[in-house]
Amino acid sequence: MNIYFVLPLFVILSFIFFIFYRQQKRLAHYSGISTLSQIKKTLTSQRFWLVILGFVLTIGFWYAAVYWLPFDAFHRLPGPDEVVIEWLSRDPYYGISIYTKEYYVHILYSTYRATVSFLLATILGVPFGLLMGWSRRFYEYSFPLVEMIRPIPPLAWVPLSILMLPGVEPAVIFVTFLVAFFVTTLNTLLGVQSIDQAYFRAALCLGASSKEILYDVVIPGSLPYIFTGLQISMGAAWFSLVAGEMIAAQYGLGYLIWQGYSLVKYPTIIIGMVTLGFIGYGSSAVIRYVGKRLMAWREQELGGLGVTYEE
Amino acid sequence: MRNNGDEKVIKENTNIALDNSHITKKGALSICNVTKIYDPEGVHVIALEDCSLDIKAGEFVAVVGPSGCGKTTLLNIIAGFDSLTHGEIYLDNELLAAPGVKPKPGPDRVVVFQHGALFPWKTVLDNVIYGPVIQKKMSRDEAIEIARDKLSRLGLKEIENVYPGQLSSGMQRRVEIVRALINNPLVLLLDEPFRGMDSVTKSASHEALLELYDIFHKTIYFITHDLEEAIFLSDTVVVMTTRPGKIRMTIKVDLPRPRDYRMLSTPRFLELKETAKDAVHEEALKAFQRGERELA
Repeated sequence: MNIYFVLPLFVILSFIFFIFYRQQKRLAHYSGISTLSQIKKTLTSQRFWLVILGFVLTIGFWYAAVYWLPFDAFHRLPGPDEVVIEWLSRDPYYGISIYTKEYYVHILYSTYRATVSFLLATILGVPFGLLMGWSRRFYEYSFPLVEMIRPIPPLAWVPLSILMLPGVEPAVIFVTFLVAFFVTTLNTLLGVQSIDQAYFRAALCLGASSKEILYDVVIPGSLPYIFTGLQISMGAAWFSLVAGEMIAAQYGLGYLIWQGYSLVKYPTIIIGMVTLGFIGYGSSAVIRYVGKRLMAWREQELGGLGVTYEE
Repeated sequence: MRNNGDEKVIKENTNIALDNSHITKKGALSICNVTKIYDPEGVHVIALEDCSLDIKAGEFVAVVGPSGCGKTTLLNIIAGFDSLTHGEIYLDNELLAAPGVKPKPGPDRVVVFQHGALFPWKTVLDNVIYGPVIQKKMSRDEAIEIARDKLSRLGLKEIENVYPGQLSSGMQRRVEIVRALINNPLVLLLDEPFRGMDSVTKSASHEALLELYDIFHKTIYFITHDLEEAIFLSDTVVVMTTRPGKIRMTIKVDLPRPRDYRMLSTPRFLELKETAKDAVHEEALKAFQRGERELA
């Protein structure tokens, strides 16, 4: 065993530690515990070690399956050490590592496509969903259509979108957008429908017009669902983006993975997959952060502060 | 026998209301022969049948009756959330609701809801000033000033920047009542606001409501299941029958104001409670038995 096996373990361990530490820190912020005892608390908590055990077992199984266990199918795969060596190599055998420019070009292409699709889906999907929830008539027009188009898998759209749109790039973005759009729209609609009738009535009693009801009841009331929807939509965007890139793109992590398969560059496949995992986690975290910022009231309601005012 | 007696009481009330109608004080509600029939899938459900009730300006009326007796239906009709099938309702001699008149809620009849409807996404202060600001009756600064004054009178000043989710239910309800009162409504409609509270919170909330009533003297339509609460708070207790909802009995509560929890054990209070108890109990029993029949 060499440094390449220990290093990734260390990276993963510190990543998990960081996440747990941040949770502890948030709690400690309100109870006033010192930094040192926070670190100690994190290191001694059972959950922290269980999570680490999960990672170690998974990677251990991977290693065992490739090198020791009598399953032929697994022997074709690269082991975790091989992947890590390739990934961290200054001179990668298969051409992709953290030191090569191409690696980042692929990441940038994918991130760019996912971001554009996600933003488009949000800009169009949220108002569409709000309108569906707000206007009965619009709901009747659009809901059956949405429900019929939604189950069509993203890949089925690829040929049509290549025919419709100029070039491959917009086609891949369109396919990705479509999936994210439906997720966002339906979650927004659900959000509006979940608002307690009493809030609408209260607003009417206080003299709100329907425009004010939209701004002061419908939008803030559905925000929690909208943000749940955005997280799912971000996940769905990555999911269909990679599928789209595999079929019809020149760059991107999906393309990288597929190319790795065609050209028998197996470690590259795994590098692409793990990279997707990290980026996916990061993008969800960004959305969660924005959501928390916009919904301070909910944070408090869910007991984030742990303070309630009593008589 | 009893029914005849009740009708007499109603007639007397009507006379009093008519006699006082020249007084300019506002917020008198006149409910005349109101019937409400729900018709889901052709099944006629008579929620209210021929209800007549006169509520004077500034009167505190408590409505009691078993679940499903139409107390809330009547409240929804007065508030403008629902239409009625027959009859009319007048507010200060102006037609408010009648068949064919489009129901319209407004800040002259503000509702405080059973489970509370403070906007959880607005702070207490923003909730309270919401009405006057969107109606453009006051500027934001004016509204804040008045809201602070009202909140501090109820000991709620230090929570003005808190979100409602952090408040106890008793405090939430008090804030909601302040949010209603700041609009200077003619009628305040309270739909079982203190339901499900523990007895300590409940009696504190009673005191707060009575204090507000003594200051602002609004007409109040107060729904409750709790007979003791009804008598303790109100000027008139209205007992409704189980479905179809009719008015079975109105009882004048002649306990002096300001009210005090010590009155709960005075002979007059117990006497009033005794008068209403049989009627309420009988209706509850009827509703219970009917419920069993429906399930069988």
